[in-house]
Amino acid sequence: MTIALFVGFAALLVVTSLMVILHRNPVTSALFLVLAFCSLAGIYLLLHAEFLGMVQIVVYAGAIMVLFLFVIMYLNLQHDVESGVQIALRRGIGWLAGAGLLLAGATLLGRGLALGPAAEVSPDQASGNVAAIGKALYSRYLFPFELTSVLLLVAMVGVIVIARGRARSPREDA
Amino acid sequence: MIPLNWLVALSAIVFTIGVVGVLVRRNALVIFMSVELMLNAANLAFVAFANHMKSLDGQIFVFFVMTVAAAEVAIGLAIIVHLFRLRETVFVDEIHLLKG
Amino acid sequence: MAELWSNPAVQSLTWALVKVLIILQALLGAVSYLIYAERKICGHIQARTGPNRVGPFGLLQPIADGVKLLFKEEFIPAQANKVIFHLAPILAVAPAIVTFSVIPMGPPPMFVVTDINVGLLLFLAMSSLGVYAITLGGWASNNKYALLGGLRASAQMISYELAMGLSTIPVILYAGTLSLVGIVERQGGWYHVVTLPWSLPGLGAELWLPNWGIFHWYLVIPFVIFLITAFAETNRAPFDLPEAEGELVAGFHTEYSSMKWALFFLGEYMNMIVISSIAVTLFFGGWHGPGLMFGTHGWFSPGPPWMGLVWYLVKLGALMFFFIWVRWTFPRLRYDQLMGFGWKVLLPATIVNVLIAALWLYARGAGG
Repeated sequence: MTIALFVGFAALLVVTSLMVILHRNPVTSALFLVLAFCSLAGIYLLLHAEFLGMVQIVVYAGAIMVLFLFVIMYLNLQHDVESGVQIALRRGIGWLAGAGLLLAGATLLGRGLALGPAAEVSPDQASGNVAAIGKALYSRYLFPFELTSVLLLVAMVGVIVIARGRARSPREDA
Repeated sequence: MIPLNWLVALSAIVFTIGVVGVLVRRNALVIFMSVELMLNAANLAFVAFANHMKSLDGQIFVFFVMTVAAAEVAIGLAIIVHLFRLRETVFVDEIHLLKG
Repeated sequence: MAELWSNPAVQSLTWALVKVLIILQALLGAVSYLIYAERKICGHIQARTGPNRVGPFGLLQPIADGVKLLFKEEFIPAQANKVIFHLAPILAVAPAIVTFSVIPMGPPPMFVVTDINVGLLLFLAMSSLGVYAITLGGWASNNKYALLGGLRASAQMISYELAMGLSTIPVILYAGTLSLVGIVERQGGWYHVVTLPWSLPGLGAELWLPNWGIFHWYLVIPFVIFLITAFAETNRAPFDLPEAEGELVAGFHTEYSSMKWALFFLGEYMNMIVISSIAVTLFFGGWHGPGLMFGTHGWFSPGPPWMGLVWYLVKLGALMFFFIWVRWTFPRLRYDQLMGFGWKVLLPATIVNVLIAALWLYARGAGG
């Protein structure tokens, strides 16, 4: 059952992520990416990471991709025009590089992962447990956790500064 | 129990798709989406290993990656919108001057 | 066959499917009569009688409406993006139905489809997916009004989602779990509020209140905020800017007709039911009520499990009535008022509330 679900989600993930980079219409690309994120959330659930699965949908599908769609609609982008020698050349190079990367990955995986056997489940750390993640975040990872809040604050300020455009300098006011 | 090899292979495939997307496309928004794909492929690997090792550390790392990705998208999209206002294009090969 | 049935996994799956079927049918029926109720209540608020021609008291009106919608001509704009145009109405309904899988409608295991440890997060995730229906519907129609409605909707729903998510945090702090069944179970029984200086007949001098969320002082403001954001998330008046008929000619569903339009309508009412169910679950003690709740304090004794379903439905009905009442009494907000209210009032208020609830619960001691 788990394996069948995994194969289904994995196939969906690969197909949708291919469509993201193949489709000419940015809105369709974005929608396929939403589907890819949702199938990834499904895989997280299968891996006993329920919290992450839900956060994946809330953050990626619910916030980030809506932002993407919003920007695409705001800029009123239509189908991408992609033609010409330069673009064909770049496309060829890109796919070749991808094939090379995949080949390298396959070779490494073929050698086997030096990981040892799977660990036993420790009772207090049954993974995917929201309470366990919360405890870890607020004890062992407290400092990085607080740092991310600073990061988000900086991002927020940065976005507002960029989006408002060049601030009017006193010289222009005069 | 899903074999670890399958998960890592899936993660590698999705990462490669992301890389190809960055190299092949010229629309800055699609390139950005491909970067998100790569980040998610890395996340998948983290969760897979966390599940294998029965430790929460990998999942917490994914949580941080998601936070950073959210911040990054907000900033990146703001930059793209700003670029579009200046140049009327989102194609990266038409944006080749440093001074606007 | 018999040995297949003895497999517990098969059994639970079958029961879940049966429950899903029942809930789906009940939801569809509930939505059609909710629309009838809305028209009736609206009529009486405006000193009319509402629908009264089809059947006694107009009770067959929903069926007549359904038949009319089914046979209406379907119109698709020539320049519309066909696939997304067809996809959007489906997206309007699907998340609402999915959320219903985790809502406890009565004591488990009978009246709960599934109890997962991230139930509340599932609700938030699904409500965040609700944005897509309206945004995409508006965009794919290739119509200025529809696009404006869609853009308004996405901005509004993202803004109010934050306040909604934060307003549930005090409840999570109180209950100590994200499982909706766990949250309801935490609200069972009574808690001692104060000892009165005089004695009430039959009750004594001790004042006890049900353990529902709403009866805890630090959960009152979160409830009010949750309710306000619920109006915004379901695009109901006074926050129905995405479909403001006066300025946007029905906004995102201007170009929709026939059953596709009906699906949007269905989605709106299903979202109302879902969000009211969550409010009942978080703040009104879910299935707890006289006859079944409260333990054995005072004159209330535990009753049969189906009483839980009855209480859930009574509370749900009261909230739905409130939704309709508000829609026909309040004027629509202006767009800048809406955004200002969401970001400058609701969001800071929820954050302060989280702090207050956390400090109070910490001061009373963990697990208190």
